[in-house]
Amino acid sequence: MTDRVLLSIENVAVDLPTPRGNLRAVDGVDLKLNAGRTLGIVGESGCGKTMLSRAVLQLLPKKAMLSGRVMFDGKDLVTLDRERLRKLRGRSLAVVFQDPMTSLNPVLTIGTQLIETLQEHLELDMAAAKRRSVELLAAVGIPAPEQRLTQYPHQLSGGMRQRVAIAIALSCEPELLIADEPTTALDVTIQAQILDLLAREQRRRHMAMIIITHDLGVVAGRTDEVAVMYAGRVVERAPTQALFKKMRMPYTEALLAAIPKIDTAPHTVLPAISGRPPDPTRPLKGCSFAPRCRYALAGCHVEKPALTAAETPAHQFACFYPIGTEARVPA
Amino acid sequence: MAFFLARRLLYLLPVLLAVSLLTFLIASLLPGDLAYTILGDQATPENLAALRRDMGLDQPIWWRYFGWLGNALQGDLGRSFRTGQTVLQAVTERLPVSLELMLLAQIGALAIGVPLAIACAVRSGSAFDRFMTGSAFAMLSVPTFLSAILLIYLFAVELGWLPATGYVPFAEDPLANLRFMVLPALTLALAEWPGIMRILRSDMIATLQEDYIAMARAKGLKASRILFVHALKPSSLTLITITGINIGRLIGGALIVETIFALPGIGRLLVSAILTRDLIILQGVVLLVGCGFVIMNFIVDMLYAVLDPRIRHGHA
Repeated sequence: MTDRVLLSIENVAVDLPTPRGNLRAVDGVDLKLNAGRTLGIVGESGCGKTMLSRAVLQLLPKKAMLSGRVMFDGKDLVTLDRERLRKLRGRSLAVVFQDPMTSLNPVLTIGTQLIETLQEHLELDMAAAKRRSVELLAAVGIPAPEQRLTQYPHQLSGGMRQRVAIAIALSCEPELLIADEPTTALDVTIQAQILDLLAREQRRRHMAMIIITHDLGVVAGRTDEVAVMYAGRVVERAPTQALFKKMRMPYTEALLAAIPKIDTAPHTVLPAISGRPPDPTRPLKGCSFAPRCRYALAGCHVEKPALTAAETPAHQFACFYPIGTEARVPA
Repeated sequence: MAFFLARRLLYLLPVLLAVSLLTFLIASLLPGDLAYTILGDQATPENLAALRRDMGLDQPIWWRYFGWLGNALQGDLGRSFRTGQTVLQAVTERLPVSLELMLLAQIGALAIGVPLAIACAVRSGSAFDRFMTGSAFAMLSVPTFLSAILLIYLFAVELGWLPATGYVPFAEDPLANLRFMVLPALTLALAEWPGIMRILRSDMIATLQEDYIAMARAKGLKASRILFVHALKPSSLTLITITGINIGRLIGGALIVETIFALPGIGRLLVSAILTRDLIILQGVVLLVGCGFVIMNFIVDMLYAVLDPRIRHGHA
């Protein structure tokens, strides 16, 4: 069961026309996710991780151009007709958006927003849909679930709203849940609760999950595999433990170093990554990270390294001089 | 909700008072002497003075205002010196005609404007959208009397489908009544739909960018449900305001339309009161129409709270 490939992203690229020219938001990404497994996609703002998730969901902006294939359960979502896509969305393929302040409709009750999803995909009468909604709200840790059904989003806190959004996503027992920065808009104290809730429900329902985040700490204990994205490309991909134990891509190292640690002395300067990501409307010839890389050599600026396997086929990285090799000379 | 309602009702009182004061002042400041108008140019100065005394016209203006307001509050708005009919009688006789006209016009304007707005918002920037937005703009600049005449020419004269003028009360023959009402209501609706369409279109375009619309699509809802339930409701707040303000425009439009189509409504009553210098009727009708407008807009404001729970709960 777990060996079945559920989602296969094949050479996906997303281009957005802008007044400054074509913006390549996602640049030839290949990823696979087996049923029941979890994948973390990590990268800084603007690296294309959200666009990639929108490409999977077929929720890209109207003007965006998508190429490649998104195979979900044997069907290519890119070419699937609208009606069949609609029947998959919310049913087998669910999403939790970043900001629960804006992802719930302000003028509809919590109950309406839950029940409409249930009734759209499952053949439930009103009473059964209501019962199921109450169960779902209880399952995601919302107190007094019966009363919530008649409440509106603005009557709930941010954390509670995100729990409602998760309940909606889980409502039809999806096979894949995409959580796009599910905790970024929430208070720090709530973040761990929401992440634990997602992890618990993922295990209980044996669904596959993609967590998109800019925080390596979020994926550390909660995913089977991690893909690190930079400038629209996957630059390192590995089983979570292998990545943290033996990262190969200098960008991953820099990203991890930028996480504040509890044992650093007060007032030490956080090792931020210097410079800024390249302008996506002006693609670089060489490695996109080279201008900011501590280890970059002349060759890095000339040619783009391909994503290649390291010791194990599961661990891939895109770097000519990966960490842990002799050739690496700190500049 | 009860508190919200009570507070809004309290705001209403000074507005209504201001309406009555303005109505009275305007009527009093109009050129021409009321006593002279009534008695004609054969009247002797003694007769004029006697009539002014009888009508209280020799009293200071604020005294007359309070007297008039006091009577008005008791339902006595005076009596026409031409027909002898009381203002209230004249108005209640004609009000159903005007109300029906405005209601049908509003329904017609919404029936044209709302679907077009949604269709344009969904295909914003397309050729269809640009054509419709342009047409709406063109329609905005067509005066009511012109579209009335064109409609009469087309449907009454050329095609002969509908009567050009006349009226049958709804209670007498509903079908005939509607036949007489179609063209006047359509004339008014043609002036109103462009505003409705343009406002709703731009609000819909903004709403369709919202995260909760992406969420609704991600939930696999049908396109019709996303448009009519998830997008239309939060987009209609400005539309509601426009509909309320339109009532004022419709009253103005009714003056012209009722005159052209010979409908015995409030508009015609007002026009004939102006032409015959029937100041009592004029003053009373303007007061009632003004109050009606204020109260209609109050009701429209209440609709806000029905549409948006955040207003109901005092969050916005």
